[in-house]
Amino acid sequence: MARMKFLCDADRCIECNACVTACKNEHDVPWGINRRRVVTINDGKPGERSVSMACMHCTDAPCAAVCPVDCFYTTADAVVLHSKDLCIGCGYCFYACPFGAPQYPRVGNFGSRGKMDKCTFCAGGPEQDSTEVEYAKYGANRLAEGKLPLCAEMCSTKSLLAGDGEIIAAIYKERVIQRGYGSGAWGWQTAYRETITV
Amino acid sequence: MRVFKLSRPGSRVVAAIILIVGLLAIAPVGAQAPSGINPTAQAVNEQQLLDELSKIQGRITIPDKKAATLQQPQGRDFRGFHEGVLPWIGAIAVLGMLVVLALFYFIRGRVRMLIPESGVKLLRFNVIERLAHWTTATAFIVLAITGLNFVFGKRILMPLIGADAFSSWSQWAKYAHDFLSWAFMLGVLAILVMWVWGNLPDRYDAHWLKVGGGLFDKSNRTHPPAARFNAGQKLIFWSVILGGATLSVSGIFMLFPFAYTDVNGMQLAQTIHAVVGVLMIAVILGHIYIGTLGMEGAYEAMGSGTVDLNWAKQHHSVWVERQEAKATPSRTAATPAE
Repeated sequence: MARMKFLCDADRCIECNACVTACKNEHDVPWGINRRRVVTINDGKPGERSVSMACMHCTDAPCAAVCPVDCFYTTADAVVLHSKDLCIGCGYCFYACPFGAPQYPRVGNFGSRGKMDKCTFCAGGPEQDSTEVEYAKYGANRLAEGKLPLCAEMCSTKSLLAGDGEIIAAIYKERVIQRGYGSGAWGWQTAYRETITV
Repeated sequence: MRVFKLSRPGSRVVAAIILIVGLLAIAPVGAQAPSGINPTAQAVNEQQLLDELSKIQGRITIPDKKAATLQQPQGRDFRGFHEGVLPWIGAIAVLGMLVVLALFYFIRGRVRMLIPESGVKLLRFNVIERLAHWTTATAFIVLAITGLNFVFGKRILMPLIGADAFSSWSQWAKYAHDFLSWAFMLGVLAILVMWVWGNLPDRYDAHWLKVGGGLFDKSNRTHPPAARFNAGQKLIFWSVILGGATLSVSGIFMLFPFAYTDVNGMQLAQTIHAVVGVLMIAVILGHIYIGTLGMEGAYEAMGSGTVDLNWAKQHHSVWVERQEAKATPSRTAATPAE
């Protein structure tokens, strides 16, 4: 099985936010929840870079470790998913997540946040694949249809890569060698305890 | 209409300077070649940013300000503490206290009354005091159980009752924890207001602590004098006030997530809340023991609110003297200072 990963080639990202829009549309994500976002560093200064970030589907995921009800699980493709039936909305996963991926529908009423929502790598949840109940809770299950996450598929500059870690690492490596520079595989060291050396 | 005149000698110099400065500014742009420039020469680098600032932040175009933090590797540290250290602190504090209390009970035994009851009752805690105590106590017990559930539930209870039942219970436990916290905070505040004067240090404390309050004298004959609250009770009182205040403040941070702080502040609040919480549970276990099983006649004080005169003479001799002096004020009031 493949080890699924995301890679944002920040030297290509033009901060168009198409990945964010694609994600919101594909999964019918509610207002206020952002499974994916684009962060611009050094905005307006020389060397500005934008990075598209969502759940990185970490190796030995911290969110899963701190969850008091153990609602997380890792699929055979190494995608980190969770059960909204088990989630109690405590918010610990957000404190543990290095990438700010977990989102909650509510904040008020003394921190009763509702069921956590996050990027599923377009792989749905624990429900039966590609069913209405799965779609309502977790969004589309593109992986079950043999497709990759829509955010990366839609990326106009092919900055955002999604797929088997080894393949996307090879693509990135080739790019860096070809063009002679690269600001790195953002988040990889933190998420996977390894980075791409060129 | 006034026209700018270039004929003035000073103006010419100014114009020349402007021209030279302008040319100098344009010159490098013209000289820049399309190739041979590394566009990433000044580009931000992930590792460098993490080394410099320990987390990476930027600008976002959505209202959620938390999302501007691109990466905070501190989440890994939070996880390390939460899953590695905290369960051990909790287990050692709670189980350790239970073991100590069991040993104390079996080796030392109950603190007994040596003289029989007199039948005369003294009011020790009035109804308001008892209400405040039991409100705080009930809230604390619920908060303690539901709080321990956050750390130990998935390790102990979940394998026994299954993931679904455990999740339902934990959901209710979380609501109970969030809502009963207000009763606890109110109770701690009431306790502070009611009992702070009786719990300030006095001249009997040093001796009381020196003899360990007579707790370690198996013959039950050591009874150091004490006013309304002895030094041991004062330690419990200040533990509850300081521990309760710490739990309240860190708890309010979590009841209103991200209202007062960022993600690292939330991690700190959670860590402090959990550590102080398990330590408070250990302290309160000791308090419950000595107030019920550990000492004969102690429970009545907070149960019915009254204590026997002889019990009071043994444990709070100075308080009894003062109460009696208050009841018969003529004796002391009859001899005014001259």
